[in-house]
Amino acid sequence: MQLGRMILRRMLWVFPVAFGVVTLTFFMARVFNGDPTELYVPPEATDALRAQIRARLGLADPIPIQYINYLWDLLRFDLGISFTTGQSVASDLWDRLPATLELGLVGLSLGIAVGIPLGVMAAVYRERWPDFLVRGVTLGGMALPQFWVGLVLISIFFVSLRILPGPVGRLPIGVPLPIKITGFLLIDTLLAGDPALWWQAVRQLALPALTLGFSTASPIARVTRSAMVEAMQSDYIRTAIAMGHGRRVVWFRYSLRNALLPVVTLIGGVAGHIFAGAVLLESIFAWPGLGQYALQSIERSDFAALQGFVIYASLLYVLAFLLVDLLYMFIDPRIRA
Amino acid sequence: MSGVLLEVESYSGAFWSPTNELVPVLHQVSYRLKAGAMTAVVGETGSGKSLVALSILGIQPPAFVHTGGRILYRGTDLIGLDEKEMRSLRGAEISMVFQDARAALNPVFTVGRQLADVYQLQHGGGRSAAMKQAIEALRRVSIPEPERRARQYPHEFSGGMAQRAMIAMAALTCRPSLLILDEPTTGLDVTIQSDIMELIVELSRQRGLTTCLITHDLGVVAETCDEVVVMNAGRVVETGTTEAIFTAAVDPYTRRLLAASQLVEAAA
Repeated sequence: MQLGRMILRRMLWVFPVAFGVVTLTFFMARVFNGDPTELYVPPEATDALRAQIRARLGLADPIPIQYINYLWDLLRFDLGISFTTGQSVASDLWDRLPATLELGLVGLSLGIAVGIPLGVMAAVYRERWPDFLVRGVTLGGMALPQFWVGLVLISIFFVSLRILPGPVGRLPIGVPLPIKITGFLLIDTLLAGDPALWWQAVRQLALPALTLGFSTASPIARVTRSAMVEAMQSDYIRTAIAMGHGRRVVWFRYSLRNALLPVVTLIGGVAGHIFAGAVLLESIFAWPGLGQYALQSIERSDFAALQGFVIYASLLYVLAFLLVDLLYMFIDPRIRA
Repeated sequence: MSGVLLEVESYSGAFWSPTNELVPVLHQVSYRLKAGAMTAVVGETGSGKSLVALSILGIQPPAFVHTGGRILYRGTDLIGLDEKEMRSLRGAEISMVFQDARAALNPVFTVGRQLADVYQLQHGGGRSAAMKQAIEALRRVSIPEPERRARQYPHEFSGGMAQRAMIAMAALTCRPSLLILDEPTTGLDVTIQSDIMELIVELSRQRGLTTCLITHDLGVVAETCDEVVVMNAGRVVETGTTEAIFTAAVDPYTRRLLAASQLVEAAA
């Protein structure tokens, strides 16, 4: 009951934070890009035409009125029209979201599934060769830029070994997408009853997901290791050993649960980063996700699209940290009190 | 009362210093714990009394190195045992109560769950049966409303209540022959201290436990213990019955320790 109320209170906090985010976005846009009219009109346009366009874009109104209109549009999920695609920004984002989510979820799961066990192993074999190995590899994973790792993987698995397809997006060139149901190709292909297409999607996903997984696993392994080392030196672990508990119980039940706290925080931050679209990664692999959309909108000064992306990315971080806080309440009883 | 349950024999050890040198900290420590008796190991902080106790269970700090001597439990040298043999003794034969009970319990599991885990480990059986036993153990150490308390976490316990739960875990959920208590009342309120000591004495008598009480509180020792081992700077300086130590101490350090504690009591 008390826990329920705490969760509710934490969730209500999302609204003021989100309000702050969209307000900040609005005013920053006005400061850095005061009059986007110039983007829409040819240089030889008359002043009358400019005024007409300004009025159409709603830029002729005083700032407070613009702000209220902007909030009202947001409430109806109206993020304006992208002039590169000619579509509404909301539907553009919605169309590209599954590509980013699919890559992000697979990459993040890989990172967690590899990172946490590696961290535990390094802590358990502290100052011995498995520890040195994990620390060396993960240092590389953190120091090497993601795009470089991606390029190296492409050159190994596509160019040299020829066992994985090249970086041409979610499916090989010329292969039509299955009927969109969830937008996740790994699911839609199966729903369409086409295992061959599913396999093609898996192969296309392999390299970008590996790249993402490698760069995600590294910080997760390092944080897990240091948190595990700390937990294993604690009084309560000494108690568990003194009572006769075996090593596995001590490591995986009593130490890991405590060590997960900082790891969950880290994963929240990493998830926010990934799902906001790994811009360079998506560019390298021609992945039609949100990161590429953001990059294109910057290149083409597509103001509405960029603003929509910024709002999406910020709200995503707000949600990611909401999830982290909720998970904390389940893992750490001291926060509930 | 005549048999010896545990014998520490010329036990010596050292710490690796940060400069990779061995710094001796225990020098030929020897004492005996008589079966069924309550033996106090007294000495100042840093005298090595806890280190010997941790060595008995094989949970000494990693930087500590054994350099000589034996620890005989029922005639078996504990030093030579491998991890598996040692584990089968922990909890089942030898168990330990630590100083700061709230830190010694795991913060992310309920107190009941931790006791039940130990019960399942030592005696087997299902989860719910183990939880029932855990609640019974909490009731036995006079924790009020044990059903509700079992569902709480260590941070919701006071220091005294946590120490009761710790004692329930080490002495009741485990069924050891030898119970080591490392400064069990340090840091608790004076009235709570005497309650906890009463509980320890009562449980030891009732269960016929051999008890080793590590403390620097000589007042407690005079009231409860049969035998006393005095340690100073990694050495045993004197051993004897409580009566002998308190009335006719031979060693100058023991005399100083006694005089100091009497001064404190006189002042109080």
